[in-house]
Amino acid sequence: MGDEIFAAMRQSVIDGDAVAAAALAEKALADGVPPLDAIEIGFVPGLSYVGEQFGLGELFLPDMMLAARAMQKAIAILEPEMARQSATRKVVGRVVIGTVKGDIHEIGKNLVGMMLSTSGFEVHDLGVDVAPDRFVEAAREHDADIIGVSALLTTTMAGQRTVVQALEAAGMRPKVKVIVGGAPASESWAAEIGADGYSEDAIGAVALARKLLGTDAASA
Amino acid sequence: MSTATTATDGEARPKLQVLSPAAIRRIHTATLDVIEHVGVRFPSMRAQAIWAANGATVDPVSGIVRVPGHVIEAALETAPPAYVLGARNPAQDLPLDGRHVHLATDGCGIEVLDPWTLDVRRSTLQDVADIARVADALDAIAFHWVAVSAQDRPPATRPLEEIAAVWRNSTKHAQSESVVTAEDAATVIEMAAAVNGGRDALRARPLFSMMQCTISPLAHDGGSIDAGLVAAEAGVPVGYMTMASCAFSGPATIAGSLVVGNAEVISALALMQLAYPGCPVYYAAAQTAMDLRSGAYTGGGPEDFLFGAATNELSDFYDVPLSMGAYATGAKTPDWQAGLENGLSAFMASVAGSDMLLGAGLLHGSRIWSYEQMILDTEIDGIVKAMLRGIPTDDVSLALEAIAEVGPGGEYLTLPHTRTHMRGLWQAKYLDRRPYGQWAADPEKPHREALERARTLLRDHRPEPLDPALDAELDRLITAHAADPATFLSADARA
Repeated sequence: MGDEIFAAMRQSVIDGDAVAAAALAEKALADGVPPLDAIEIGFVPGLSYVGEQFGLGELFLPDMMLAARAMQKAIAILEPEMARQSATRKVVGRVVIGTVKGDIHEIGKNLVGMMLSTSGFEVHDLGVDVAPDRFVEAAREHDADIIGVSALLTTTMAGQRTVVQALEAAGMRPKVKVIVGGAPASESWAAEIGADGYSEDAIGAVALARKLLGTDAASA
Repeated sequence: MSTATTATDGEARPKLQVLSPAAIRRIHTATLDVIEHVGVRFPSMRAQAIWAANGATVDPVSGIVRVPGHVIEAALETAPPAYVLGARNPAQDLPLDGRHVHLATDGCGIEVLDPWTLDVRRSTLQDVADIARVADALDAIAFHWVAVSAQDRPPATRPLEEIAAVWRNSTKHAQSESVVTAEDAATVIEMAAAVNGGRDALRARPLFSMMQCTISPLAHDGGSIDAGLVAAEAGVPVGYMTMASCAFSGPATIAGSLVVGNAEVISALALMQLAYPGCPVYYAAAQTAMDLRSGAYTGGGPEDFLFGAATNELSDFYDVPLSMGAYATGAKTPDWQAGLENGLSAFMASVAGSDMLLGAGLLHGSRIWSYEQMILDTEIDGIVKAMLRGIPTDDVSLALEAIAEVGPGGEYLTLPHTRTHMRGLWQAKYLDRRPYGQWAADPEKPHREALERARTLLRDHRPEPLDPALDAELDRLITAHAADPATFLSADARA
């Protein structure tokens, strides 16, 4: 019985079927399956499979996103029971993300947030048009390991530097790492403003975050 | 096909159609349906007030505006179908009349492949000036976008300094794609009026125009909309460009992404018309498909080429000029991929009849400026323009006398007819047509010569300078803007 439900959970993530994933999470709770098992034995292997196939070029970004969303739906249902049992999922790291002040582009930032969160990071998304002080406050509040700052415009990208400076002024550097992304950003820009890293895409952002936290060997 | 025996402009040229009239109708109807029921976000108080006064439903919290289809259709009716982009040198004025394709430099890159060191580095104001100066000397480049971002200048005055740098280094028309607030727009238009010789001259022969980006799907940036309204008030042409990309910021299907992009563009153009009926506007698009692996904007696939042709048919349907994103290869260096992508995209957009074509010179999906690529792009432009001239079939072109003179088995090499007409044949500057042995001895020659051409122009080309008083006036306006960005806002824009 246990194996069957775990297999169905795995499949629901592979199918990117959030409705099925949610229903299976509910069923797990009703049947008394430990929520942590549901996540680790049921849903996570589905996401790992999708990640593997993505790496092989067999599945694409929308497949990943749908799998991630299905997984998020399931976790949201399982979380209250996990909290009640004081069971906690291992958190790879805590990340605060947002788009810089004056910039309201969010698709890329959302993509990074979703990929990080399904890769085991705890993600706090501050949204768009975020003032530097908000990044600092949120980093403090959530005990963040990494701050991800997005900018799409050459006129707003200077805001990425401002966030680095604000963190420095708050005495939170270099403990809190800063990663930057967005069309105008680059490796050299990251270096110039004293950020810790840059990624061209969401998949790379996960690898970068893992590398910065020294957990890149943990999983693929 | 035309049966005319004399080749007059617009008759002999090849024409391509990828959408039937019925298909265009379907896209139009679907677009109106989306604007009316799904809505488009206009996060601008000014825009929302205009929409509300014209029968649209406005949600002040989300900024989403839902507009009855007949309001959009009636508004678009007042858009002028043709007008002229002026230039400092009137001989370089550009008619946007559906019969010409004008190529500009691409924009707005963030890095430059340095023409001397060949390192990739961040772009500066000097690069903006240098690129404009080289483009000034190239016949193939008809007008300018700000090719790269002047990242060494403060954001508060950057867009203004960039445009001033273009005027200071070229007599050709300048179009900005980085003026995105009402305040910046008001100042740059003040500057344009100064260069043009007054507001009326600016309205009659605007030597400055504006391009704004939409935020796909179905949204606008408030600043871009406010800036567009400032342009519209001054009679400065403004266009809205959609980059709605399949599977990312638009549906995975091409038709679906056309609908999304079209809704963004025509809603913005309709707003301009409602505010200032008859103001010059244009349709702009650079749609593509997302890279399914990375999620990146690609630029240069078959979808892009189809978008290029389809968008032209849509802009014809709305009877407004079109600015089409072509060139802008995803390649990292001027290579096979760059030639393939830029050749096909330029051909598709040109043969479909785009008025403005963007743009030459950028690599890596419009990120890295390359002078070599710019020069090689002008070669592509030459090929495409030659194809657009089509095949005249008048008596002289049919060459019956020459054929009779040579007869069977002769040659045409030494015929006077040949000497008269051979220069009408396209000539390669950079395509490598040398014998194999010469190529093997020096395979990089065409690339090197393209770069050398740019270096020569960088060293030697002296564009016609601005009048010193005008030059100083531009600085004065920029300084006034730096002190108070709202200095030049009109009463309408302040309301």
